[in-house]
Amino acid sequence: MTPSAASAVPVSAAAPTAASRPARSRAPATRDTPAPLQSPAPLDASAPREAKAPRLRRRMLDPRWYQIAVLAGLLAFGLARLRFEIRLPQVAVTLAAALLAQLACTRLARLPAFEPRSALISGLSLCLLLRTDHLALAALAAVITITSKFLLRVDGKHVFNPTNFGIVALIALGFPVWVSPGQWGNVAFFAFLMACLGGLVVNRAARGDVTLAFLGFYAAILFGRALWLGQRPAVPLHQLQSGALLLFAFFMISDPRTTPRSRTGRVLFAALVAAGAAAVPFLLYRTNGLLWSLAALSPLVPLLDRWLPGPRYEWSHPVATAPKPPRGETDETPPPRRVAVPERGALAPFRP
Amino acid sequence: MLFLSAALSPPSAHSFCGFYVATGDARLFNKSSQVVLVRDEDRTVLTMGSDFKGEPSEFALVVPVPTVLERDQIHVGDQKIVEHLDAYSAPRLVEYFDENPCMMVKYEGKMLFRNAAPTAGIAEDAATRAKALGVTIEARYTVGEYDILILSAKQSNGLETWLNENHYRIPPGASRVLATYLRQGMKFFVAKVNLKEQAKTGFKSLRPLQMAYESPKFMLPIRLGMVNADGPQELFIYALTREGRVETTNYRTVKIPSDAEIPEYVKDAFPDFYRAMFRTAAQKENLEAVFLEYAWDMGWCDPCASEPLTQDELRELGVFWLDDSPGAPGMPRVRGGGQAPFVTRLHVRYDAAHFPEDLVFQQTSDKSNFQGRYILRHPWTGADDCPAALQYRAALRERRAKQASTLAALTGWDLADIRSRMKVRDDWSSDGDAVKWYQKLWKK
Repeated sequence: MTPSAASAVPVSAAAPTAASRPARSRAPATRDTPAPLQSPAPLDASAPREAKAPRLRRRMLDPRWYQIAVLAGLLAFGLARLRFEIRLPQVAVTLAAALLAQLACTRLARLPAFEPRSALISGLSLCLLLRTDHLALAALAAVITITSKFLLRVDGKHVFNPTNFGIVALIALGFPVWVSPGQWGNVAFFAFLMACLGGLVVNRAARGDVTLAFLGFYAAILFGRALWLGQRPAVPLHQLQSGALLLFAFFMISDPRTTPRSRTGRVLFAALVAAGAAAVPFLLYRTNGLLWSLAALSPLVPLLDRWLPGPRYEWSHPVATAPKPPRGETDETPPPRRVAVPERGALAPFRP
Repeated sequence: MLFLSAALSPPSAHSFCGFYVATGDARLFNKSSQVVLVRDEDRTVLTMGSDFKGEPSEFALVVPVPTVLERDQIHVGDQKIVEHLDAYSAPRLVEYFDENPCMMVKYEGKMLFRNAAPTAGIAEDAATRAKALGVTIEARYTVGEYDILILSAKQSNGLETWLNENHYRIPPGASRVLATYLRQGMKFFVAKVNLKEQAKTGFKSLRPLQMAYESPKFMLPIRLGMVNADGPQELFIYALTREGRVETTNYRTVKIPSDAEIPEYVKDAFPDFYRAMFRTAAQKENLEAVFLEYAWDMGWCDPCASEPLTQDELRELGVFWLDDSPGAPGMPRVRGGGQAPFVTRLHVRYDAAHFPEDLVFQQTSDKSNFQGRYILRHPWTGADDCPAALQYRAALRERRAKQASTLAALTGWDLADIRSRMKVRDDWSSDGDAVKWYQKLWKK
């Protein structure tokens, strides 16, 4: 169930280029600054942390390209090997609608540049997850997904993981769409492959903690439940060996745009989402627990951010001394030590 | 598929939702089960057909159920309707006859792959000892030829002891599985055949048990049946829903190969073909998938392997919305009125190693049609020799080669063996390819 996230990659998606926003006051970032959902946060190349950054990293591509490549690869694998219930026209319509919606929102919000990457990520995620017999609904899902990024914002961050919101909204509204959590099967090899690929993205994306915390809590719940019920370990292992779960953990919940800023907040959030994700199938006996749980709990993130402000930048690697931007200046985890090539000209000071 | 599994399987005693247990050493052939699930929102009507072949006095059934059932929630159905549903949704063979290429009927035949077999039961009273064992007899009914008890229990050990003392021979190791269901708050539906009642019914074979209940749980408990299974078991699930196709959420649901063109000789060996094809498909999915064999609106079919079920038959199976939804204009309707249910036929071969969890389902909005359909094309055997006919005969060889390789890939059969059964030469040509007009003249 899961991938997604339009702006899942930290670096990128997230950081609204500080440059692009002139010193913003504390006013809650909102429509006027629909944070460039995708441009990498330009960093001050002279910042000390950059000086430490390995050269190799500097040359690395925007991590969103990794994510796009991984999601596209998964989709190709799903279509060719797993025979996902989606046909190429739906893929084309979903991607086109996502890109067009992004373009339209960019214009309406008067953003300086059209950024197709996060829209592509959202579109690919929809293709991996959403199933419908109607092309128009595939397009509608893409449009809702993209516009939610621009419309549903608090403190300059969008509230919901866009793909998650798009899917849940359509299901909740009663449209004939569905998600097939069983489509991935439980092939161990595939699980392993997904974990590696996902890990790649997460490492580039900075939100590994939330992924690991979520997986840890979720696994603990499943094993705890199995222990209580007296089930064989094969049962929770079978539940964990799910492509849907890995996709969710590595590509959706890790979306830096929609996770709490502090590590404590993220771990707490991961625990809550894991509990919700288990409650839906095991207490309510409904499907798609991961998606419902994340959607229901996402509105808590702004609250968590206020209660647990924590350092803005929670990388395990050092980043140190750049001056801290005023509150509200940047919304997201800025890119790790990568020197962003400023997309919009100016460079902004940055610091954890 | 039944006879299939009967042929393949050694005697044993278990199946789908629960298990059939024998009180004696009767040989029970029961590796193939059929379940009809009528589902809309939280309402479920479950019909359990199976192929119990032992003495009715030796039948006993134990099935976990989500709620305590009232008398009116239990019914004894008609196996013939289950068989009809099976025939309607069965994979089919379609025949086409090539036309004379020189100047150009489609004939559709069908061969069904059928399941069948009735259930069976036995009845037995419970004892007050139940209480001492922590077993509560929540309800006790006689329905048709069955004596039925609904049990709840505090401890699986107590339940196991009670079942054994009451001649429900529980396989060793069942206690642990019973415990997991008890912890989930499930009750146990246990049935035996009341021989007196059975004599009154006049039926020789046992009829399917049906239960109607309201619960968000949309699942089939299969683990009890695997406790002492000595090989994989076969389960057919026919889901009748309002919205669309049903699939499993905790296992992959995969379509069986379909629309494949296969050699003519398979017409006489369709059951063998289907069995081999299913085995190959299951192995390709590491024996971890549930297979979709049919998904269609009951309002029509094309080709029909059997006529769609009538309104009365559907009502008997538990389709409860026929009266309150007469079917909007333009919507498929069943014979006799009412919105046609969407039929999903799922086929799963399972064992404990590959199916550790019970099957959990969801109803999707998918209304696209699917059927297991295999095509035979009979070549034209005329003696004309116009240029088109010559071209046609040349193309036949290529077609045969392709059909043979398709069959080999689908079934895992040996290609050389297929070729010999097709009675063609190494270059895929056949004796009948170029018959002169006079060679047929005086032949019958």
